[in-house]
Amino acid sequence: MSATRHEPRARGRLAALLAPPLLWLVLAYLGSLAVLLLSAFWTTDPFTSDVVHTWTTDNFRDILTTPVYRTVALRTLGIAVAVTLLDALLALPMAFFMARVAAGRLRRALLVAVLTPLWAGYLVKAYAWRVMLGEHGIINAALAPLGLHGPGYGTAAVVLVLAYLWLPYMILPVHAALERLPAHQLEASADLGAGTVRTLRSVVAPAVRPALLAGSVFTFSLSLGDYLTVQIVGGRTQLLGNVIASQVTLDLPLAAALSAVPVALVVCYLAAVRRAGALDSL
Amino acid sequence: MHLTRTARIVLGCLTAAGLALIYLPLLLVLLNSVNADPSFAWPPRALTGEWWSRALHSAGARDALWTSLRAGLGATAVALVLGSLAAFAVHRHRFFGRQTVSFLIVLPIALPGIVTGIALNAAFRTVLAPLGIGFGLFTVVVGHATFCVVIVFNNVAARLRRIAPSLAEASADLGARPWQTLRYVTFPALRPALFAGALLAFALSFDEVVVTTFTAGAGTKTLPIWIYENLARPHQAPVVDVLAALLIALSVIPVYAAQRLSSDTAGGRL
Repeated sequence: MSATRHEPRARGRLAALLAPPLLWLVLAYLGSLAVLLLSAFWTTDPFTSDVVHTWTTDNFRDILTTPVYRTVALRTLGIAVAVTLLDALLALPMAFFMARVAAGRLRRALLVAVLTPLWAGYLVKAYAWRVMLGEHGIINAALAPLGLHGPGYGTAAVVLVLAYLWLPYMILPVHAALERLPAHQLEASADLGAGTVRTLRSVVAPAVRPALLAGSVFTFSLSLGDYLTVQIVGGRTQLLGNVIASQVTLDLPLAAALSAVPVALVVCYLAAVRRAGALDSL
Repeated sequence: MHLTRTARIVLGCLTAAGLALIYLPLLLVLLNSVNADPSFAWPPRALTGEWWSRALHSAGARDALWTSLRAGLGATAVALVLGSLAAFAVHRHRFFGRQTVSFLIVLPIALPGIVTGIALNAAFRTVLAPLGIGFGLFTVVVGHATFCVVIVFNNVAARLRRIAPSLAEASADLGARPWQTLRYVTFPALRPALFAGALLAFALSFDEVVVTTFTAGAGTKTLPIWIYENLARPHQAPVVDVLAALLIALSVIPVYAAQRLSSDTAGGRL
């Protein structure tokens, strides 16, 4: 491609292409994050809740030494991992069927069916689950004849509802990867004597892995920061997002310092999956 | 790979079960919008059309819908420009920091909404407020556009990877100037990706609650914010439910359009 040559004109074109998005992201986004991080080193007047601009690392020390924050951080991490695993488990057979078994009209219809709920709205879906999980909801009504009781509101409900909300974000990249897998590779594998299991392990798995990681970026980081679903179906469960949200008006510096926890987790996660090539297939 | 008949049936059943699980809550929302019991007790004892007529006459809901549409269109327009430019830069050029650019674009959607929200809130207060720019539709558009860029970027980059470079080369060999190649060769090939990207970016903006909460200020209510405020009021719950049902019913149209316009899976790329 001519563009790979470093002629002055190509460089000028590159600069013109890159300048607007980079300016926006650096100014509007990284700038904001920098302001937030900076305010984590400030403190609050305990009587007026006003931010006082005196440099201190007390907020970070508080977070590291207060056991409640550690418990909440670990619980949040655990829920994000559980949601991601649950979604991967649900998405794999569905995406495989959609991409490799179903054909023609059914294939397109299935894709539309998976995409449509993305439009139904986060709050609407979370609220639908609140109604379903309620004491007189359909889940308890369905389980009653079996002598069982639904999970009610709590941690289990949070995992369930978050997995439900983010499922399409996992299905779509996995489906795209499976669909792009050339049929002749699968045939070659069979011709060379590989059974289904061997083909799945040696041909399908390497193609799906980056897509699974790409999907997990969504399921993992969206779960890590969620606080509305927790408010809606979580009962008394507290996640990092809730703690941050409840501190924003009371103690912004503390909220800012707390935000560093999910930011650090997500950046580490992104760095890890980027090495596996996941961001290219996002 | 030869899947046995049993394997195909098992996969089909799992998919059907998954879809049933996906649609069960949505169907319940539709059903509850005509459930005469305002607390949605199950099973419904009687049906009513009252919630629908109340929702259609709610001025608050109509204003919120209008605000959401404007915010979504604004954010989508910004994201289309910035996302496409970035996709061209990353796809057509090899440069130092190329990986960092993709990383930077993904970051706003990968970081938790609450972090993005309070960061933008803090920045707007320290930077924009002294300039006399208050919180409102403008700040909402800025916030939404920031995390919508990645959607357009991914769709356009995926499509650019698939357009054979020989097409542009042929166009140049035939004497077309770069602008003509862009207009007559590259742009038509990109159109479905741009459309799909715009659609998904709009959907994302339309559904965003957390970032909106922290960037909207008191006077600006998008539809999700309106819904959130009214969820807590028991006697408004059925009206919210009607809006939800309406959105679910209407959502089929854009998804179907996206599918028609891009026959490949680009319509589903996030």
